[in-house]
Amino acid sequence: MKFGVVVFPGTWSDCDFHHVISEVIHQPVKYVWHRERDLGDVDCVILPGGFSYGDYLRAGAVAGRSPVVDAIRDFAAKGGLVLGSCNGFQILCEAGLLPGALLRNECLQYRCQSTHLLVDNVDTPFTRGLRPGQVLTMPISHGEGKYQVDAPTLARMRAGNQIVFRYATAEGQVTRAANPNGSLENIAGVINEEGNVLGMMPHPERAAEAVVGGTDGLLLFQSLLGSLVEDGTLFPR
Amino acid sequence: MPLAEPKVTLDLARGLGLTADEYDRILKQLGREPTYTELGLFSALWSEHCAYKHSRVFLKRLPTQGPRVLQGPGENAGAIDIGDGWAVVFKMESHNHPSFIEPFQGAATGVGGILRDILTMGARPIAILDSLRFGDPADPKVRHLVSGVVSGISWYGNCFGCPTVGGEIAFAPEYAGNPLVNVMCVGLVRASEIFRARADGIGNPVFYVGNKTGRDGIHGATMASATFDDNAHERRPTVQVGDPFTEKLLLEACLEAMATGAVVGIQDMGAAGLACCTSEMPARSGTGMEVELSAVPQREEGMTPYELLLSESQERMLLVAVRGREEEVRRVFAKWELDAVKVGTVIPDTSLVVRHRGHEVARVPVDALADGPRYEKPTAEPAWLAERRGFDPLTLPPPVDPAEALVALMASPTIASKEWAFRQYDQQVGINTLVVPGSDASVLRVKGTRRGLAVATDGNGRQVFLDPRRGAAMAVCEATRNVSCAGGEPLGLTDCLNFGSPERPEILWQFAEAIDGIADACRALEVPVVGGNVSFYNETSGQAVLPTPVVGVVGVLEDASRMATQWFKSGGQRIALLGPDDVSLGGSEYLWSRHGTLAGTLAPLDLGLERRVQHAVRAAIFAGLVTAAHDCAEGGLAVALAESCVTGPAPIGADVSVDARGRIDHVLFGEGPSRVIVTVEPERAREFEALMAESAIPWRWIGATGGDRLVVRASGTVVSAGLGEIEGAWRSGFERHMA
Repeated sequence: MKFGVVVFPGTWSDCDFHHVISEVIHQPVKYVWHRERDLGDVDCVILPGGFSYGDYLRAGAVAGRSPVVDAIRDFAAKGGLVLGSCNGFQILCEAGLLPGALLRNECLQYRCQSTHLLVDNVDTPFTRGLRPGQVLTMPISHGEGKYQVDAPTLARMRAGNQIVFRYATAEGQVTRAANPNGSLENIAGVINEEGNVLGMMPHPERAAEAVVGGTDGLLLFQSLLGSLVEDGTLFPR
Repeated sequence: MPLAEPKVTLDLARGLGLTADEYDRILKQLGREPTYTELGLFSALWSEHCAYKHSRVFLKRLPTQGPRVLQGPGENAGAIDIGDGWAVVFKMESHNHPSFIEPFQGAATGVGGILRDILTMGARPIAILDSLRFGDPADPKVRHLVSGVVSGISWYGNCFGCPTVGGEIAFAPEYAGNPLVNVMCVGLVRASEIFRARADGIGNPVFYVGNKTGRDGIHGATMASATFDDNAHERRPTVQVGDPFTEKLLLEACLEAMATGAVVGIQDMGAAGLACCTSEMPARSGTGMEVELSAVPQREEGMTPYELLLSESQERMLLVAVRGREEEVRRVFAKWELDAVKVGTVIPDTSLVVRHRGHEVARVPVDALADGPRYEKPTAEPAWLAERRGFDPLTLPPPVDPAEALVALMASPTIASKEWAFRQYDQQVGINTLVVPGSDASVLRVKGTRRGLAVATDGNGRQVFLDPRRGAAMAVCEATRNVSCAGGEPLGLTDCLNFGSPERPEILWQFAEAIDGIADACRALEVPVVGGNVSFYNETSGQAVLPTPVVGVVGVLEDASRMATQWFKSGGQRIALLGPDDVSLGGSEYLWSRHGTLAGTLAPLDLGLERRVQHAVRAAIFAGLVTAAHDCAEGGLAVALAESCVTGPAPIGADVSVDARGRIDHVLFGEGPSRVIVTVEPERAREFEALMAESAIPWRWIGATGGDRLVVRASGTVVSAGLGEIEGAWRSGFERHMA
């Protein structure tokens, strides 16, 4: 499976994703510079964490209107797989590729901590290797991760099974105490209606090796690879 | 185009922080009166902050050499060879003065400055550690400072993308008027690809790269070289404003430009800005430099030569390129959308020649600027010290309920959990962090090798106050011991020396003694000092901070998988205490937090024993015999045990018996060097005993882990506290002030 990792000038999880893809799951991977209008030959595009263009306005607001995001929009429209984590999730929301918005954390502080994620939807290329109700452990690291969306959209998202991850306790209870940033309904990750664009605030690349924070994040990568193996091709070109 | 400039007089020089003698020296060196711009250059370069006027004569006593030292003091940062072709570059710097005036930006730009020191060496920053000191957190003003400093560090480091992996935060009323913000950065570079701040090669072009220049931070170096009065807040315009995103661009662009081979040397425009770089870089190379200031990218209109030279606008570098390869440099910086403008040339005449729109505004020998005056001012032991030291803590009543005293000590803000701060810092970006903040030392892996790095900072102002020489040596011992407790062999040290005004003999005495203490310990432990800084004038309205040398230590683990953390892993393991019985309540956290007393004598320090204990701990960790290792520091043995019980993922109790002689508070809470607790699986106890026998250190089994209480039997008393109570106190002790 060929991966492209998007690099904005202020991106910092690019090297981490690159490391996991090349050294841990041993797949071909290349960087995609933010000014590119053509993603080239890739099966899955990663929008990593960071501060894209500084994010002095609103996280992801400028990046959401950048050349590479136009290319990603076309790529996604053709069924290409897109995973945005942290700043990548913020950018996908700003670009309108995912519903909702990510506001400043309720505590008004940056939060870097371990979280537990309840898996709500295993019927996606990113989560098909997981069990429904499974609880994953993954770190977050953000100042603007409070997910918000209007009520009608939320109802549609529920109906379409678009909520993929929710912050929970280690036992899988969705509680207020387990919510690190004040997200609506503890939402940590959502997918688009078509099921090929996933955004999540937690960092799967930081939980892909046992020595640096567990291997639950690796399950997402393995699900992706499994999708390829099962289908032969990912999507019609 | 004539500029209306003030007339240069002695009074003007004094107003810029120069003395009459220094002004005289300028006249002699130039053979004429300086221009206004030249006077500005001298005032900044000869400030205490840049010139180390009062400290240099003492700093020479520090050991700076060693077989693995690739770069010692005198450059942007020090460098140590860690094997496999890799070098670790590190340095610690203070940003105390700006952080008091404007905590958020003061601390943020402190992080920015030290990141640039590391990246100018060609290294990619991989870790930040912060050593912070504040007054009593119950004071709302102090809370404002803590909150501002922590969010400033968080904002800058997180946006830049370098993890904050460690450091410490301690509290004492002496820091209320002068918080200490010491930031350490660690970077990695191929040992053969280290860059230096030199201006070699006559005719080579000089580039200004990075952010544009504004009027912020003018005379920041001079501000940092004076004490404060009640109107410190009026100096806010001398504090710079940070832009971490631009710093990230600068990092990527500099590393990319360096990789082209078109870069000769590079220096951060930190304190004293352009003035500092344009004199220090040629001074190191025995060359000169001519610069045209009108070429400097500016974000404000009508800036004078004086302002352009002394501005401390952030995220800027001066870079000397290879003549004929200018386009390669320009192309890289254009990719990152940063200014890269040729502002000058390296010249054979060893002078700094400054022009503004073609008019010469300064012509000064670079050595005159770079080699400021050096003073050997009088030192004197403070008259009151003998009485303070003579105090016997055992004249105070013992605790009625030692278990309650232990729980209270765990809630002391200095000992209590600092999670409130650390959860605001990204601790993992780069995915190298094997041990996150919360253990004796943090551990990072070095990708592509089996090796790991262990890093820790330490400094105990109370101990240094009572005995500067031994206290400073103890700080070196504790930071290296922290690294050893993680399994790392300490290889190099950086220090930040935070003191009051050196113009007071008793302060300079504290400083000189502390230097000797650091030198003693570094020699005995064979850990060279490869860089650091001195921060004097940490006093407000005559009240100096506790003398606080902070040291940062970097150690290497040959095999990163063979490391240890401080918390107990499971029940049923045996606990050993390594090191001597000698402890003292003098200068202890217990004495301060329980009795409000700062007095007494420190425990003895045997540097040979310290070295053997650290070696034994590392050997045991490397052999896989140790499941936890924790240094006994503030709060003594009882607090060390309690921390091992409650700082891990799940609380685990312990039952220990201590046969040391002395009153219960002395045995439980007395502090002393060279003491480490470790846990060992029972089936490996024999092997461990054999290893300890070889190591020639005093040690003893003291008990076992397990249960839901910490029970300590000592001095004929059974002290028993529930883990819930201990953990609750530890978790809330600091955070309750900040919530």
